[in-house]
Amino acid sequence: MSDNIGKSFEDYDSGVEKALIRFPERKKTFSTGSKAPVKRLYTPLDDSARDYLRDIGFPGDYPYTRGVQNTMYRGRFWTMRQYAGFSTAEESNKRYKFLLAQGTTGLSVAFDLPTQIGYDSDHALSQGEVGKVGVAIDSLADMEILFDGIPLDKVSTSMTINAPAAVLLAMYIAVAEKMGIGPDKLEGTIQNDILKEYIARGTYIYPPESSMRLITDIFAYCSRSVPNWNTISISGYHIREAGSTASQEVAFTIADGIAYVDAAVKAGLDVDAFGPRLSFFFNSHNDLFEEAAKFRAARRVWAKVMKERFGAKNPKSLSLRFHTQTAGSTLTAQQPDNNIVRVAIQALAAVLGGTQSLHTNSKDEALALPTEASVRIALRTQQVIAYESGATETIDPLAGSYYVESLTDRIQKEAEAYIATIDGMGGAVKAIERGYIQQEIQDAAYAYQMDIESGERVVVGMNKFQIKEGSPTGLLRVDPKVGEQQSAKLRDLRAKRDNVRVEAALKALRNAAEGTDNLMPPILEAVRAYATLGEICDVMRGIFGEYQQKVIL
Amino acid sequence: MERKIRVLVAKPGLDGHDRGAKVIARALRDAGMEVVYTGLRQTPEQIVSASIQEDVDVIAMSILSGAHNHLFPRVMQLLAEKSIDDVLVIGGGVIPDEDIPGLKAAGIAGVFTPGTPTTETIEFIKNNLKRGI
Repeated sequence: MSDNIGKSFEDYDSGVEKALIRFPERKKTFSTGSKAPVKRLYTPLDDSARDYLRDIGFPGDYPYTRGVQNTMYRGRFWTMRQYAGFSTAEESNKRYKFLLAQGTTGLSVAFDLPTQIGYDSDHALSQGEVGKVGVAIDSLADMEILFDGIPLDKVSTSMTINAPAAVLLAMYIAVAEKMGIGPDKLEGTIQNDILKEYIARGTYIYPPESSMRLITDIFAYCSRSVPNWNTISISGYHIREAGSTASQEVAFTIADGIAYVDAAVKAGLDVDAFGPRLSFFFNSHNDLFEEAAKFRAARRVWAKVMKERFGAKNPKSLSLRFHTQTAGSTLTAQQPDNNIVRVAIQALAAVLGGTQSLHTNSKDEALALPTEASVRIALRTQQVIAYESGATETIDPLAGSYYVESLTDRIQKEAEAYIATIDGMGGAVKAIERGYIQQEIQDAAYAYQMDIESGERVVVGMNKFQIKEGSPTGLLRVDPKVGEQQSAKLRDLRAKRDNVRVEAALKALRNAAEGTDNLMPPILEAVRAYATLGEICDVMRGIFGEYQQKVIL
Repeated sequence: MERKIRVLVAKPGLDGHDRGAKVIARALRDAGMEVVYTGLRQTPEQIVSASIQEDVDVIAMSILSGAHNHLFPRVMQLLAEKSIDDVLVIGGGVIPDEDIPGLKAAGIAGVFTPGTPTTETIEFIKNNLKRGI
């Protein structure tokens, strides 16, 4: 059969070559959003090296190319989870209740930068940053307000928190306790992915070794006490936002994943005890087919890594479950309504790629934090895809497309080549310390920008089809007084709490940090005593030191 | 012979988004300038001190966290305290239009928002230097 196709393809190709003389194509070369070459046509001839059962298989089965569940969206839709948080716990609590009323099915907490870097709101370095990119949380008292009236045994909560992830998880457990909900009933995710903070996102505190210990302590603690919690969300999102290509996003994320599994196995944990609770987080850009293929390739690469490298046997350890967020870096400040369309394409790519949960960005995010009205459009975009597009009626509808399968194979191949290079350097931690991963991303980011400036990459409304626009109006602004309000709350807290209990709890934490005991129990006790986030993180700063960034240009 | 323009690219505050700062740094270097990049989490004090140490003609700050109204004017205030008035200071990032007049009044000579081509920033620097090259 393929001989016939081969012959016919040659006929087609020579016919096209002749016609091109009179009717040239729009450009000399065609490429994906990540600048990989794209052929004019894909045919069964591109499928010859692929084996259906080995490489594609069935949903819910190794290598999970077609998805991690056997019914996918016919069973239930992905979790519609909008990342939100700003100003005070009171303001953010209102936004969460609004989102739940609008039909979101999970919460996703954005913390402000001081919280993410383990400083209290009244710290000198917090000035100007309190409540800006997320909600300010200084102690359990703020967390109680944040989740007031939200049933934590019914809603799953994702928290974008990394260096101080153990502290925020402890606060969540403590809030639930006060509601009478045990930790075994809690569902959610902490991001807890420090390696990509060194690579791309910047909210690190401690050096790699101590950070990896905190992470493996969380793995161990949760596998015993918080069994339904996703203990990490290994994130390619920020790597892509920093400018990587699709293949680099898969490669560097999975290289980080390998480093975490390695560290946990070295700490004596059984891969099938913590493996099922590892989750992932990816970006979704505008190239619909390449992005859908990327998710399929990522599942296949991870399944192979867990099976072949780590000998995992539990199917849940082998299957890559992931959250997706649409690409903030593709949104334009110019003609912001166009962003609604970009987000719709990106969200569709995530659904076609089999995501387990999804955040759709709001149109105004290149300008400010989103307003309620623009968040609603973003959520409605997901609901239109879920209920109206038909993309959810069958599983993995792009499978078998000559083009999409070729893209999937290519991304897998490129990612595996990068992973082999990183293995050769001694793993992701070493590759980060050398600046290799950062340099690869920066080179891609610079090339991307130069393509925009040369006009080779068209961004509608920005470098083509521009119009004269006035200043945008109605943007969300965070009250600059939030910093003072939080500082006043802290003064009050420090005066009213049992400071003897706080001191004892911090001393116990210091002892644990100096030794090898699991850090979660003393952190939980400190949190219950209303020790502040800054106090807890400072104890560990004293023992672990602070990470010094390697500046790569 | 003309010497090269010296630029300090700086990330004030706690913001970790440095894609823009790094792209700008590289574009300025490709345009023939000498560029020093501070890395993340610089206080205004550290930025001013680095600018003196590196004897730069330009300080270019990038911030996407919304703390610009606090941090940019603070840098200007520290420069003034040291009687430094011949350094061109510019800023960029996610900065609402309505904040720009206030920043300019504080002494930030140019404010560049998302979508600005690097060529525009390069031209601005060349045309607005405060000391001779």
